[in-house]
Amino acid sequence: MKLKHLFLFEILRGLWLTFSYMFKRKVTLNYPYEKGPISPRFRGEHALRRYPNGEERCIACKLCEAICPAQAITIEAEPRPDGSRRTTRYDIDMTKCIYCGLCAEACPVDAIVEGPNFEFSTLTREELYYTKEKLLANGDRWEAQIASNLAADTPYR
Amino acid sequence: MVQIVVYALLAVAIIIPVLVGVAYLTYAERRVLAAMQMRKGPNVVGPFGLLQPIADGVKLLGKETIIPAGADMVLFIGAPILTFFLALSAWAVIPFDAKLVLADINVGILYLFAISSLGVYGIIIAGWASNSKYSFLGSLRSAAQMVSYEVSIGLVMITVLLCVGSLNLGKIIEAQREGWFVFRLFAPDGWAVGVPLLFPMAVVFFISALAETNRHPFDLPEGESELVGGFNTEYSSMSFALFFLGEYANMILLSAMTSILFLGGWLPPHDSVAFVPGFIWFALKIAAVLFVFLWVRAALPRYRYDQLMRIGWKFFLPVSLVWVVVVAAWQLFLMGPPA
Repeated sequence: MKLKHLFLFEILRGLWLTFSYMFKRKVTLNYPYEKGPISPRFRGEHALRRYPNGEERCIACKLCEAICPAQAITIEAEPRPDGSRRTTRYDIDMTKCIYCGLCAEACPVDAIVEGPNFEFSTLTREELYYTKEKLLANGDRWEAQIASNLAADTPYR
Repeated sequence: MVQIVVYALLAVAIIIPVLVGVAYLTYAERRVLAAMQMRKGPNVVGPFGLLQPIADGVKLLGKETIIPAGADMVLFIGAPILTFFLALSAWAVIPFDAKLVLADINVGILYLFAISSLGVYGIIIAGWASNSKYSFLGSLRSAAQMVSYEVSIGLVMITVLLCVGSLNLGKIIEAQREGWFVFRLFAPDGWAVGVPLLFPMAVVFFISALAETNRHPFDLPEGESELVGGFNTEYSSMSFALFFLGEYANMILLSAMTSILFLGGWLPPHDSVAFVPGFIWFALKIAAVLFVFLWVRAALPRYRYDQLMRIGWKFFLPVSLVWVVVVAAWQLFLMGPPA
């Protein structure tokens, strides 16, 4: 035991171990260029979806507003000239949102969803107060992926 | 007058490579550590991340210099300058090649030893002048540690000197022509096999060098988990950069000393490769020793303070003391005193 100490046996073994690791495959993900896989259920940035004909899905039932535990959603609604009930205001305060996904679960028409995007940091707080326009634009931008994610998750819902 | 200018230019010719070496030592440290932890390390700024040290330096210089209200201004600013100055001035006597040395003085190794001992002042002054408990504790640890390990470094140097018979660094290197002192088998006349008399001393020297430069696993003065940042807690911007440069220059310096004392300095490993200039061999040897510095950091956890002191005082000191006697007796009775 003393001899082992004297000849730095364990230390040399430790050094050998770290040296052998030096040539192992790196596990680094080159983040901005490479990204890790995300689940179809990933709860990222919110989006408001449309029907294929361009009509917005949201019917202003306000279930999402009611269920939101952080009270981040604000909705105002009135009937449109054609008689359908639609929102005039749909705001999400992204600084309040806790990304629990309850709004998407509550939505009867799959209008509000949490998409796959997680890179929406901003320089100012104001930019995180999302409006209806912003949310609809998100929906247009991510629709393909959102639709396929929803389809992938359908058997479990 | 002309001589002064020439010497100034020569000094710059040494200082600039040393500073570039420091910059790339930080890069190498990050890359080697990353590789050993299966990461990639900095690889974004420039090709292979080679411009990372420059980006770091610019960032550091762009920061605000903060002087704590309770600090002793003069000492607070003076300490990093002292550390930096000492780390660079030691390079004056290092022989880079057979005739390539700024000051070829007869007491070269003594000068190196003196300068590296003075290094403790920069740290203790910094800790005191900061007027902060973390800095103060860090500097106390550092001072105690450096003083303890200097003792065994001094004794190791004595064993080498006993085999060489000169304090001149060039002569120490020349004496290793028949074999570097790490592996050299000291065989008295008529003996079939020799004894690697200086190998244990090389190990002791290297471990003491780790402690002397406050490197892992003896980085207690820094001890970021208990002392925030150690003696340089209160430093920022340029003054921090000076400490940082000084510390890394000291690492390179002690690697240079290791290669001079034990690895044959600028001597080529074999006569067949003697066409490669000596300073390249010297640089390669320094780089190899520095790699071990980084390697040790990747492998070993930090020692406890009492363990550190126990190794220094209860193991290295008696062992190196006994070894001085052994080497002296060996030289005197079996091999005859060196020329």
